[in-house]
Amino acid sequence: MSHKVTIPIGPYHSLQEEPEFYQLTVDGETVIDIDVRIGYVHRGIEKLAESMSYHKIIFLVERICGICSTSHPIASVQAIEDAGGIEVPDRALYIRTIVAELERLHSHMLWLGLAGHFLGYNTVWMWAWKYREIVCDLFEAITGSRQSYAMMKVGGVQRDIEDEYIPGLIKGMDDTLRALDMFKGAVLDDPVLGARLKGIGILSKEDALSYSALGPTSRASGVDKDVRRDDPYAAYDRVKWNVITQKEGDVFAKAVIRILEMYESVSIIKQCVQKMPKGSIDSNPKEIPPGEGIGHAEAPRGEVFHYIRSDGTNSPARYKVRAPTYMNFPTFKATVIGETISDATIILAAIDPCYCCTERKMTAVNQKTRKRSFTGDDMIKLSQEKTRRLYKRMTGKELR
Amino acid sequence: MTKDELLKKTKERFGDRIRNIFEKSYKRIYIDIDPKDLTDFVKFIFNESEARFNTASCVDMLDSMEILYHFSFAKASLVVSLRASLDKKSLVIESLTSIMKGAEWIEREIHELFGVEFKNHPNMRKLLLPDDWPEGLYPLRRDYKEEDYEIRKAEKEEGKS
Repeated sequence: MSHKVTIPIGPYHSLQEEPEFYQLTVDGETVIDIDVRIGYVHRGIEKLAESMSYHKIIFLVERICGICSTSHPIASVQAIEDAGGIEVPDRALYIRTIVAELERLHSHMLWLGLAGHFLGYNTVWMWAWKYREIVCDLFEAITGSRQSYAMMKVGGVQRDIEDEYIPGLIKGMDDTLRALDMFKGAVLDDPVLGARLKGIGILSKEDALSYSALGPTSRASGVDKDVRRDDPYAAYDRVKWNVITQKEGDVFAKAVIRILEMYESVSIIKQCVQKMPKGSIDSNPKEIPPGEGIGHAEAPRGEVFHYIRSDGTNSPARYKVRAPTYMNFPTFKATVIGETISDATIILAAIDPCYCCTERKMTAVNQKTRKRSFTGDDMIKLSQEKTRRLYKRMTGKELR
Repeated sequence: MTKDELLKKTKERFGDRIRNIFEKSYKRIYIDIDPKDLTDFVKFIFNESEARFNTASCVDMLDSMEILYHFSFAKASLVVSLRASLDKKSLVIESLTSIMKGAEWIEREIHELFGVEFKNHPNMRKLLLPDDWPEGLYPLRRDYKEEDYEIRKAEKEEGKS
């Protein structure tokens, strides 16, 4: 006899990037339905932006997300520059690229650490976050803050990267490269992780296209699309780099994409430092004429998209923001259903929806008795135990 | 597909049904269309031309409501926006969710924030607003006032007691 249980996950945690609520319906071990709800701390950024000057909007959109806090400002300044036909000095374009790629490094390492934790590989978690510190320290040195860097400005950047920071930046990239080699070996060649992650949570190419999924989520399913190459902004068309894709579409492919993308980021930053011309960093635009503008940028999770409508005053008549997770969330319907509950956590985490906080709010409730049967921590334990079992079966040793 | 190829094919296929093409810049094109032609255009641009659906933006123009559907293309440095203008008196347009699943959420959002009806949408529940939000009150419309929400909520409370 089948016994349906509904598991609510979410919605609140003040640290979450985009608070969300998942409701999993499970039959025994298997997930048979998933419902996602968002909007729990909808902050009305679009409405707020209509009451602010273009200059202030950049700071407002920087606060949409704490992790990709420079992707929204980049898309925003590009939308405003598009509306006003504003030119940006070359040096500013290179600085934008450096900041954006540093952000990708820190964001992907954050994800790698969390994924390790969910799987019970706590060493990966600790080491990934240890090496993320290098990137955060670099941010502190060149922008003044470890998060929310406030570097973007319509027509250029707020701050120059002084020459005295360049050697530190290059050394930081070399250190990161060594750490990446270690992660690549530890994750890609690990037979247990392979057995645990390959073949689960598969997003087919057809679904990725139909859902218009973005970033690593779609590139892991063989969709060769990346805004940095498809509609080059900043200095991405002046440096050599590759778009990383995988065919499999499972959780393992998404991990591979993120690890290999970090190599590209390091390479882009190094090239930018070398090629960066001297000169002005700001074209000091004065007015935005009536009209409309579109700006998009490839954030670590996928494309962010900003649209503005200007009426010639100093604040926009309409401001539209679309974050990448907005397009990636609905793919859960295609990836989670049919999988086991011990795999659900890592499949949900694979699109990188800033999952670190959701765990604290996960509870399983028996549909009939309304009693709590297991909590969010239990769900992570389920996931970790599965890895432990696999590890023991494959290596004959206990996982420490 | 390059910009010129796309423009040529679009003109061949739709001819008079294109109301206007505006090239804002080398990378940005806006095509004005009749709302009733929307699904034909989207089938052409999304299915045949292999575009990616970025999102849709709704703009309140006081006497009308504009919906822009943004699409971009691999390696083409191009964003094409289809602009459909709806009369405020009949805010109804065909849902695109059956053509591309990625349209489901944004249509739900526009429905609750602007009050546009999407015909044949499979799952028109609230997305961002709470379930007890007053019916017929659309917070991103130009004529929305915060007092309206307070008044409507107070009325509802009274009705209950």
